[in-house]
Amino acid sequence: MTTENNITKKDVEHVATLAKLKFNDEQLEKFTDQIEDIIDLVDTLNEVDTTNVEPTFNVTDQLNRMREDVAVRSNDKEALLANAPETENGFIRVPAILDESGEA
Amino acid sequence: MNFKTTIGLEVHIELKTNSKIFSPSPVEFGDQPNANTNVIDWGYPGVLPQTNKGVVEAGMMAAKALHANITRTQHFDRKNYFYPDNPKAYQVTQADTPIGTDGWIEIEVEGKKKKVGIAEMHIEEDAGKNSHNPNGYSYVDLNRQGTPLIEIVSKPDIESPDEAYAYLEALRQRIQFTGISDVKMEEGSMRVDVNISIRPLGSEKFGTKAELKNINSFNFVRKGLAFEEKRQQKILLAGGQVRPETRRYDETTGQTILMRVKEGAEDYRYFPEPDLPSITIDDEWIKDVEDKMPEMPGKRRARYVEELGLTDYDAMVLTQTKEMSDFFEATVAQGADPKLTANYLMGDVNAYLNDQKVDLQETKLTPGHLASMVKMITDETISSKMAKKVFKAITQGEEPTSWVKAKGLVQLSDPAVLKPMIVEIVDNNEQSVADFKNGKDRAVGFLVGQIMKQTKGQANPKVVNKILMQELNSR
Amino acid sequence: MKFFDITVTELHQKLVDKELTVTELVSETLDQIEADQKVLNDFVTINREGALAQARAIDEKGINPDNIWAGIPIAVKDNIVTKGIKTTAASKMLSNFIPIYNATVIERLQANDVIIIGKTNMDEFAMGGSTETSYFGDTRNPWDHTKVPGGSSGGSATTVSAGNSIAALGSDTGGSIRQPASYTGIVGIKPTYGRISRYGLIAFGSSLDQIGPMTRTVKDNAALLNIIAGMDERDLTSSDKKVPDFTSKIGKDIKGMKIGLPKEYLGDGINEDVKKVVRQAVETLTNLGATIEEISLPRSKYGVAAYYIIGSSEASSNLQRFDGIRYGHRAQNVKNLEDVYVKSRSEGFGDEVKRRIMLGTYSLSAGTYDAYFKKAAQVRTLIINDFNKIFEDYDLIIGPTAPTPAYAIGAEVDDPTTMYMNDVLTIPVNLAGLPAMSVPAGFSDNMPVGLQIIAKPFDEETMYQAGAAFEAATEVHSKHPEMEDK
Repeated sequence: MTTENNITKKDVEHVATLAKLKFNDEQLEKFTDQIEDIIDLVDTLNEVDTTNVEPTFNVTDQLNRMREDVAVRSNDKEALLANAPETENGFIRVPAILDESGEA
Repeated sequence: MNFKTTIGLEVHIELKTNSKIFSPSPVEFGDQPNANTNVIDWGYPGVLPQTNKGVVEAGMMAAKALHANITRTQHFDRKNYFYPDNPKAYQVTQADTPIGTDGWIEIEVEGKKKKVGIAEMHIEEDAGKNSHNPNGYSYVDLNRQGTPLIEIVSKPDIESPDEAYAYLEALRQRIQFTGISDVKMEEGSMRVDVNISIRPLGSEKFGTKAELKNINSFNFVRKGLAFEEKRQQKILLAGGQVRPETRRYDETTGQTILMRVKEGAEDYRYFPEPDLPSITIDDEWIKDVEDKMPEMPGKRRARYVEELGLTDYDAMVLTQTKEMSDFFEATVAQGADPKLTANYLMGDVNAYLNDQKVDLQETKLTPGHLASMVKMITDETISSKMAKKVFKAITQGEEPTSWVKAKGLVQLSDPAVLKPMIVEIVDNNEQSVADFKNGKDRAVGFLVGQIMKQTKGQANPKVVNKILMQELNSR
Repeated sequence: MKFFDITVTELHQKLVDKELTVTELVSETLDQIEADQKVLNDFVTINREGALAQARAIDEKGINPDNIWAGIPIAVKDNIVTKGIKTTAASKMLSNFIPIYNATVIERLQANDVIIIGKTNMDEFAMGGSTETSYFGDTRNPWDHTKVPGGSSGGSATTVSAGNSIAALGSDTGGSIRQPASYTGIVGIKPTYGRISRYGLIAFGSSLDQIGPMTRTVKDNAALLNIIAGMDERDLTSSDKKVPDFTSKIGKDIKGMKIGLPKEYLGDGINEDVKKVVRQAVETLTNLGATIEEISLPRSKYGVAAYYIIGSSEASSNLQRFDGIRYGHRAQNVKNLEDVYVKSRSEGFGDEVKRRIMLGTYSLSAGTYDAYFKKAAQVRTLIINDFNKIFEDYDLIIGPTAPTPAYAIGAEVDDPTTMYMNDVLTIPVNLAGLPAMSVPAGFSDNMPVGLQIIAKPFDEETMYQAGAAFEAATEVHSKHPEMEDK
């Protein structure tokens, strides 16, 4: 995809699939239009010459902040499970996973 | 048509740190589901990751052990995908700046040595575990979520299933020596994904890869790859095309079975993890980690030969596992003769382990007990024959010195005690003396047997021989 | 009692002198909040019982005369997690969510015996500039109930502006503290990135988000920052810099201070009244002895575009955890796992949140990452460079906080690009991680207009110094909305 082209309904549908969202036709039209407007806005970035400019992903002043390898047990198990919509025998329950494509 | 095989391995190694990579929850197995979890492991709204320094150092050790360059400035990245065992719906990993790059290890197949390149290794968090039930539900346990992993990716240098096997052995050995992981396939602390492609000899372009996932042992990796090699050859020879597939190895049939055909690359939307500051590694830190790092097998082998006088072969056998090598060193450190210790470890100890199908650390054997036994042999307190009994006792956890005393197994080496006995036996066996004088060596054996019989096997054979010869020659 | 004409220090003195018990203070505060809630809708949760219980405990224990915050009730934006108190981020997704831990700022408030009076309304997941995207309905501007209070910290701004809370916490990702502060005539600051722990702040844009205090006076604001700032082991991006006394320079004059006024901040698209207020402020500061010069931040106009990519990308990832599995809304009548994900998320999020998730997901996709996400991150570098260059010669930068005063409810909610442009003056500060405040500076048609003061990283003290000097030289902050009239 280049930055000039318009975002299509199909693009929006594909992005929705990635984001686990679903829209009906009317919403899809509206979102496509609005996202197109936003994309037009963000396309103004092409006016800026960024040759050899390092990207900034983070503005923290910290470096090498780490935790020592010390284990602390939370004892939060019951409270955590209490917030889950469905549990059974200490597990979180979900409808059967049919697709085994989970990553490690 | 002849083909060239190219194999790539992605090995996940679980680190045995005290706490998880981004949360202070303990890294422990076998607990009740979700017992070792906290709000961070569950990806609660508002929580933030806290990098475990121990994991970064373990990563540096792995890089060192695999002759890789340590990346001096690193950050973590997010890999986005939805799955029930992935609570944040992103995995924190290193996509851009892996902790180590461009390493290698040496393998040996049928006497031929070869360096296999390692493209990169990175540290990342493990996911939880889903279990499935035919009742229509799956169950999520987040105990494993956040367990530190190192993923090690080989370069496409491996050209046969045997080389893949040798690579895994060598990789396991080197990682095991760093002490950062148990590297046990059967316990999931080492996990192997492989990909394999073939191409006609002389062709530059790699063939289409098939991937084999989650194989349970090195042997199955070798068998699975061998099957896959043949399967792909058959397809190409029949004029077909190999599809980009994910397959699994079926242990009962020895075949690989299609799981799914890959359709285009997954879009994981990687981007730098904004919740974690960068990590920079300077020479001083690397040196600190090197100082903390256990000696690698190569160095140990050289030291065993040069300083302890072992043969190359013995040194190689003893450094197959860190456990054995550490046990050997601890035994020698307590004053046991290195050569004799080596013999016992490679002989009786190995036989015992094979017989019992256990690991050294699962037995009651200790370096202290073995050292005491070896020392008793060296100073002739016990004979090597008696040592067989003592060895049995120390496998049961007995302390050898007191056990030998309690059993009255002490060897008779005192000439003052032995000489009158020998004189008496020689006196009572004139025929044997005559045979000896006539050059029949058999007579000596008979007389020694008589002496051993009388001492219930406790006489020191060397001392007996010496006194007996003096006695016979003097007649 | 309304908190229009009283400072935290004065209120503290009343508690010390036993003119008032903490229980009375909290009870009155709750009564006035509840009385106005029907009109203003500035709270999602009013913590009546919890606050009263804590008040009684403090009364029993007694007020520490050295701790000005002991027993003072404050309001907290509903995206800051509070153990045992519902925390919704104004989303259907979390409409019944009771956290099991406290944000670091909450722990610090509680360690100082501050009482959490309630959780304030906001734009859903802090995405919006008007508090109209809340699942719990819009919040009304106390100055004119037909107008928005700004956002996303609209509830916090409103309760302070209405005199119902003496202080509140907000969060600011692209202007979400400063812009509502400007719209409601109060003091709001976004501290330097890393000054306050983000642990327990429900993440929107992780590299942009900061919690900050919202108060009626500059000094109260600095005093509140004093107790919540500082390094936190649980937020590795929180700064290990020493925390100064942020009130230390308040009261010092600003003679000789060099202040830059970016010409881009008074250009096209800025309301004439707002420009007028800023010019008056320049005059006031000049009279106080500061030197104000026109400067240029040439790349700041690209801030909005860069921000919408970066903020939405981070948000798209941060909000993936809301999947209906471990907590929060799970759709009913699901047939399979995919349904749990898609239905829970599609039902649980409102339109503005979905728009940002979509934009962010798109920006991070394999084919667009370089053109959008990376490009935005590079432009961010240039915006930071612009600021750095100015700060070589200037102590502070000033300008308007927002291009306009508060607008009518409903006017912009369905026009995202226009609404996004309202943040044009506040966004560059978040991209650069700088501290900035909005201080009341004047009015346009009886609606408040704020002056934005931007400082160097970790130099909140100078910002407060100038803000306090300005406040003392104007009458603006002494005006307040008249609830009865509306």
